[in-house]
Amino acid sequence: MRPVLAVLRKDLRLELRTFETLPAMVLFSVSTFVIFHFALARSTISGQLAAGVLTVTLLFAALLGSGRLFVAEREQGGFDAFLLAPVDRTSLLLAKAAAMFLFLAVLEVVAVPAFALLLLGPSLGPRLPGLIAVLALADLALAVIGTLVSAIAIHTRARDMISPIIGLPLLLPALIATARAAAVVLAPHAAGTPPGRWLLILALYDVVFALLSYAVFDFLLED
Amino acid sequence: MSYGRGLRVLSFVTIATITLALALVFFYAPLDVNQGFIQKIFYIHVPLAITALCGFVFGGLLAIGHLRTGDRKWDLRSYVAIHMALIFGVAGLITGSIWAKASWGHWWVWSDPTLVSFLIVMLLFATYQPLRFSIEDPERQARYASVFAIVAGAFVPLNFIAVRMAQGFVHPRVLTLTGGHLPGSMGLTFAISLIGIALLYTTLWKYEIAAKQARMQLRRLRRAALGEDALRPLGRSAAPS
Repeated sequence: MRPVLAVLRKDLRLELRTFETLPAMVLFSVSTFVIFHFALARSTISGQLAAGVLTVTLLFAALLGSGRLFVAEREQGGFDAFLLAPVDRTSLLLAKAAAMFLFLAVLEVVAVPAFALLLLGPSLGPRLPGLIAVLALADLALAVIGTLVSAIAIHTRARDMISPIIGLPLLLPALIATARAAAVVLAPHAAGTPPGRWLLILALYDVVFALLSYAVFDFLLED
Repeated sequence: MSYGRGLRVLSFVTIATITLALALVFFYAPLDVNQGFIQKIFYIHVPLAITALCGFVFGGLLAIGHLRTGDRKWDLRSYVAIHMALIFGVAGLITGSIWAKASWGHWWVWSDPTLVSFLIVMLLFATYQPLRFSIEDPERQARYASVFAIVAGAFVPLNFIAVRMAQGFVHPRVLTLTGGHLPGSMGLTFAISLIGIALLYTTLWKYEIAAKQARMQLRRLRRAALGEDALRPLGRSAAPS
């Protein structure tokens, strides 16, 4: 567990000192809400439309963030240093996925209120607990798949293109579940509790892909 | 060293089975009451799609062999399995589209979970070749492609569950666990067609592996006989070499 915490602490400190990734993700999300306002020609949205806008925006912001995840390791020899250290290699996966999850959580702390302010019709207050449950599970999926795909793509020539084209289809089941669950939460006259069926699918997806990533991640670092 | 052992027998069995299947499709299976003649595309379309999906999962299983042993021959097998499954999958999508146009009036129907899941799986596996192509080091290319194949192979069943839950049932549910409601003659024809297409997949898979291995061996021999400079370097390719 200690190597995981060490790498995680390194990543968070790097982010706090440079502010490279998170502000970009936040700005990207807010700009996307403005774009959706004009593209849909609506000033307030709710239900499935609101869920779709929120899901798509967070997905693309997550892809933006995951593209930066291993850049420091690649450019400054972090991979070699990590391979030289006598630690379990999957701890890099755990640390990066945890960092990604934290980035997404911070992003949503800003982006979800901004979404409620700019676009959402129904009031956010009573729907917040349900939305947090859905988004937490969705963030887990985005963090795991984002880390895995980013680790695959970082050593390819066309890495900026490879990671979204692999990541989008791979994330589709999780996105279906997120959008459907959030639609119920954000519906105009609803209690705001997410349907258990979709939360179950999201949780199943998270568990399966977390285990799978854990199993294969070793082979992405071998050299 | 002999390549493609048993290929001749397999090829003849495949030709015989497909001929038998086509004969049954056109002369034995009854015409569908509602859809008429166009329903016969079902005997090609469904086996193609099933074979493609099994081919994707098969490629993932072979990739496990590569990561466990580190032997590049497993990577070649996995590559060819996915390559063939992609071709069968495109054929399945096209035949499915034709059937959809004929029976539902549209080339594409979003309300059908099987069709949509299949498209998502195809979109994912369509990135297999670009991924291989953008990694230069052959050893790393093989390893990363295997990781991708395993993750994507496991993705296939999960994706079907998620998409099915998102939508209602429009597709004619002919293949249920309870036996479905195909009349016996249609069921027999379908089973023979499925075996025929699966045999075709296996034959083509073995052919391509044999051809690739023979080419590699030939290049090795040429290099040994004529010297390193006698061979033109291969153009960059996504295939294992």
